[in-house]
Amino acid sequence: MRNIIAFPLLGLAVILQSSMVSQVRLISGYADLPLLMLAAWALQERVKSSWQWTAVACLMIGFVSSMPWPVIAIGYFGVIFMAQILQRRVWQAPLLAMFSVIFIGTLFIHLLSFVVLFALGTPLPFDDVIGMITLPSLLLNLLFSIPIYALMRDLAHWVYPLEEHE
Amino acid sequence: MNSRALQTTIIFLVVGGIIALSLGGFFGSASRQFSSVLIDAQTWFSSRFTGLQDFITAPRDIVSLRTRNAELETQVSQLQAQVIELQQRVNETEILAALVDFSRSNPESTYKAAAVIGRDPSPFLHYIIINRGSNDDIRRGMPVVTNQGLVGRIDAVIADAARVQLITDPASAVNVYLQNAETNAVAFGSVTGDISLDMISQSVTIESGDLILTSGLGGGFPSDLIIGQVVTIRNLEFELFQQATIQPAVDFTRLEIVLVITNFRPVDITPLEPLPSP
Repeated sequence: MRNIIAFPLLGLAVILQSSMVSQVRLISGYADLPLLMLAAWALQERVKSSWQWTAVACLMIGFVSSMPWPVIAIGYFGVIFMAQILQRRVWQAPLLAMFSVIFIGTLFIHLLSFVVLFALGTPLPFDDVIGMITLPSLLLNLLFSIPIYALMRDLAHWVYPLEEHE
Repeated sequence: MNSRALQTTIIFLVVGGIIALSLGGFFGSASRQFSSVLIDAQTWFSSRFTGLQDFITAPRDIVSLRTRNAELETQVSQLQAQVIELQQRVNETEILAALVDFSRSNPESTYKAAAVIGRDPSPFLHYIIINRGSNDDIRRGMPVVTNQGLVGRIDAVIADAARVQLITDPASAVNVYLQNAETNAVAFGSVTGDISLDMISQSVTIESGDLILTSGLGGGFPSDLIIGQVVTIRNLEFELFQQATIQPAVDFTRLEIVLVITNFRPVDITPLEPLPSP
């Protein structure tokens, strides 16, 4: 029942992403708050609802962004899929798993965005995309991943209390 | 008069005479020494009493002072918040005044002011979200401007909000007119937010600082909206067209309030475009 917090929390994340995070730029890149939250959520051992959370986030982001929705859906679900695989295999080092997911996930989503936008006729120089958008965004995502991970871990303890879990 | 009354009278006369003589300065140094002893004694008692009074009343004063200090600090923080709020209002008022001036100087168009409330979550795209939608008669394709120049056009609309594609978006292309060179060109956005000019004929001479306006060709935007100025020119002999970079008139990083031109309907010329030959 406490999973309902996904709606206000992800709504707040999308609002913050649109109104504040997108203004904190490093060159032309910026952090992806919903991605960080979803990845950190999917990496929590107790969490069983990461797919549902991702679906909610995709709906909200798709509503705000003009990015084609397949990019959003494939990108975010792909990252969550990867996070769940890593969560089972690298569970002893959650921060390492978080860094890995964010690193590969950011590159995956940006590559997907680049390919789809390019295919739709948007002129995107690959060098500019890598140097001005992807690498700065990657750095910001890695920087923000630690506090977001800690926040989502505490939230997972609240949503899935230990006695209920056992 | 009995002897007792006579004695009292004499005492009063003597004392009164002594006082009168001392006030008249006839006792000199004796009077000064006496008075200095009195003053010293009074000072000693007074200072001791003040110290004692401070000692007794000081704790109460500190408590009251701390309370007062806390009250004043609260007031200061409230006033600082008010100052910030008022500064924001002044900024908004200045922006609105500039926009009103702009709309008065362009009476042929009707405008609707809107606040910028967000940006696209993806760094690949240059879109803003405004707080006016179909409830305010905002429609897809309407141009968006500020008093400085063209911002973009409405891309999507819901009831109380709309998404605007900026002219810096990599998918944006605007037909423009170089005023000094008297020629047409196309302004393209880019992922970095820069605007570049392309499709400038090789036979035309353009210079840095040339003003760039919308041409109105294609029916997407009204004509004569300012876009910016030419900064650098790239003219290679083996290329079909010249290119140039633009310094936009609008500061796209600080967009707060924009105007939507509501009486302009874009023309869809797609049916008129020639189909690719098989």
